[in-house]
Amino acid sequence: MSPDFLNFIETFLNGLMAGVMYSLVALGFVLIFKASGIFNFAQGVMALFAALTLVGFQTGQVPFAHLIRAIFGVEILHWGAGMPTILALILTMGVMVALAFLIERLVLKHLVNQAPIILFMATIGLAWFLEGLGDLMWGADIKPMDVGLPSGGSFWWEDLTATWAAQGSDYYGMYIDTLDVSAAIIAVALVVALSLFSQYTATGRALRAVADDHQAALSVGISLRRIWVIVWSLAGFVALVAGILWGAKSGVQFSLSLIALKALPVLILGGFTSIPGAIVGGLIIGVGEKLAEAYIGPLVGGAIENWFAYMLALAFLLFRPQGLYGEKIIERI
Amino acid sequence: MKLTKIAMAAAVAAVVSAGPAMADLVFPSLSYRTGPYAPNGIPFADGYADYLTLINERDGGIGGVKIDNPECETGYNTEKGVECYESTKNIGTGALIYQPLSTGITYQLIPKVTADGIPLHSMAYGRTSAMNGKIFKWVFNYPANYWDGATIAVKHAADMEGGSLDGKSIALVYHNSAYGKEPIRTLEEMSKEMGFKLTLIPVDHPGQEQKSQWLQIRRERPDYVFMWGWGVMNSVAIQEAANIRYPMDHFIGIWWSGSEQDVLPAGDGADGYKSLNFTGVGTEYPVFADIKKYVVDAGKAAGDGTNLGTVQYNRGMYAAMLAVEAAKKAQELSGHNDITAAEMRDGMEALDVTNATLEALGMPKFGPEVHVTCENHGGSGAALVQQWDAKAKKWNAITDFIPSNRDLVTKLAMEDSEAFAKENNITPRECK
Repeated sequence: MSPDFLNFIETFLNGLMAGVMYSLVALGFVLIFKASGIFNFAQGVMALFAALTLVGFQTGQVPFAHLIRAIFGVEILHWGAGMPTILALILTMGVMVALAFLIERLVLKHLVNQAPIILFMATIGLAWFLEGLGDLMWGADIKPMDVGLPSGGSFWWEDLTATWAAQGSDYYGMYIDTLDVSAAIIAVALVVALSLFSQYTATGRALRAVADDHQAALSVGISLRRIWVIVWSLAGFVALVAGILWGAKSGVQFSLSLIALKALPVLILGGFTSIPGAIVGGLIIGVGEKLAEAYIGPLVGGAIENWFAYMLALAFLLFRPQGLYGEKIIERI
Repeated sequence: MKLTKIAMAAAVAAVVSAGPAMADLVFPSLSYRTGPYAPNGIPFADGYADYLTLINERDGGIGGVKIDNPECETGYNTEKGVECYESTKNIGTGALIYQPLSTGITYQLIPKVTADGIPLHSMAYGRTSAMNGKIFKWVFNYPANYWDGATIAVKHAADMEGGSLDGKSIALVYHNSAYGKEPIRTLEEMSKEMGFKLTLIPVDHPGQEQKSQWLQIRRERPDYVFMWGWGVMNSVAIQEAANIRYPMDHFIGIWWSGSEQDVLPAGDGADGYKSLNFTGVGTEYPVFADIKKYVVDAGKAAGDGTNLGTVQYNRGMYAAMLAVEAAKKAQELSGHNDITAAEMRDGMEALDVTNATLEALGMPKFGPEVHVTCENHGGSGAALVQQWDAKAKKWNAITDFIPSNRDLVTKLAMEDSEAFAKENNITPRECK
């Protein structure tokens, strides 16, 4: 094979991998939108908050240390020892469930039957609050994320693909990041687990019932408030996974919340209500933007992937306004 | 009763004869302690505040006048930065100097400070051609600017290649913004002059995803990669470079791509990465003993005292030192200690920080020598190269201060500033 063709495959594969990372963020949005019709603006900040909490537990950081120092004059920054990753993960998930409970109690409960825009505005407020809370609890420093996932280019893949090139060509193998491969495996496991949960458990079926019709679900005795806590907890779990994987790439820092911007074109394309849509949408966006950057970028000065992703999503909208897998919009007059 | 009357009369006489008390010297801080860039903003603001506290506590202020350092949170947001300027410029007898800490805020404040007559010090950022003091009377960017940085990075690469870059290739990975594009013109000029191939690789804000850019670098295998990045873009780029096993000692960042926060997330992979810097690193300078004694141990530090010696803390401290030295010069020139903003500007324009000055301040070779004149508001233009030691988790300076290619930088700065003057109907002032 010619090096140019192999480079094309490399770009395509890396696009798929990037797409998986976008899908992980988009999944959180879809879960909440499906069950409650809320576009959760705080999903990116939830990923940041979960990642901050996980690293804080792992490294034995004392939450609110700066606040304690400012109020009581006592300086305790660390407990003296960190905790095993698995325990930190469990505790972080506990924090995300508690957060879901508080969000339902303090925000959503009071906004039942309000227009979607009101709920959306509430999630904007929630995003600002969580960002401030994360800063107050864990500080603004950039923290390395290490949960034992591999990272860096795969030597095995590089050596294998180097032999695919035509003899005499100066080709040195394809690049693939092992962290991205882990992300892909985790994403597949997550989607399978979510599908099994929604198909084969009573709670899962209740979630689907609420997603289909709130009124009908209420009429058969499903508690909307309980479902909301579960859905926000699930979204918190997805946010934790996204926070871990994105945090492993860039360190846990406050710009992590901006990953939400990467999920928007995926949602436009895949639809706001479809889990497969979030996955397929992510893959299309990932591949599309990487190929555009590699082959169209040099012609127009580069750095086009951000806006190209939105353009691609908008082009899809012309043909399918509800997105690839979204429910068909039927307006009766 | 008689005694009370005498005491009251004495008190009134004392108040009348004392005259007006000297007002504080106001050095506002436009800091950013919140938001995505806070990890860099906090230590800088701490260093700036702590040095000014040291001068107040140890020396009783500058020439006996205390320094007031009101802080205003910009969140690295241009609109908020302008609001901060407006809300702090009239504090006390008026602000004496602004350090906007953002290229965006600097651009917005240039016309404002010019109209208000308050000096602006955009230390190694902002508008590069502001080094032309004939056109930018109120703006200073010493000790170095981005174009200086570009020529110093090229010089360092040439030194690594035994003096010549002919036939070599350099890729510039840059933040796709006015800041990131700053070095392009200089590097293009130098590539023509020195015979190296320049590849431009932009990264869109914020720079969390750079797979395409680093695949391109992996395919093209440039001999050197220079980076003009900021925030998350830096740490992602360093991680990606480590992932593709790019030789880190051939990867050189500008000074805003070279703090601990940029390299720590990449762990061992960041080992050997280089960046430019215009201040010393670490706490091995006598001034830190004073900061510890008069500021940290006295419970007067702006932060928790853990970031002393970090890149951004030292940079903030250096900026404060330059402001203090300029104020001293202003007091000397004006003959009085209660200086105005215009007199502060005169002090900045006559600033002369030599190695002997730095030695006397307990900061030997902490920064390059800075000599400012009416024509040259950009200082010496020198910077050193530092390299990250991932095991020890610290930066090590691996060169002395390297002078930039000032002939080229001055030529480009003159062209740019003269075009600006023409567009804005500014008549360059005479410098005697």
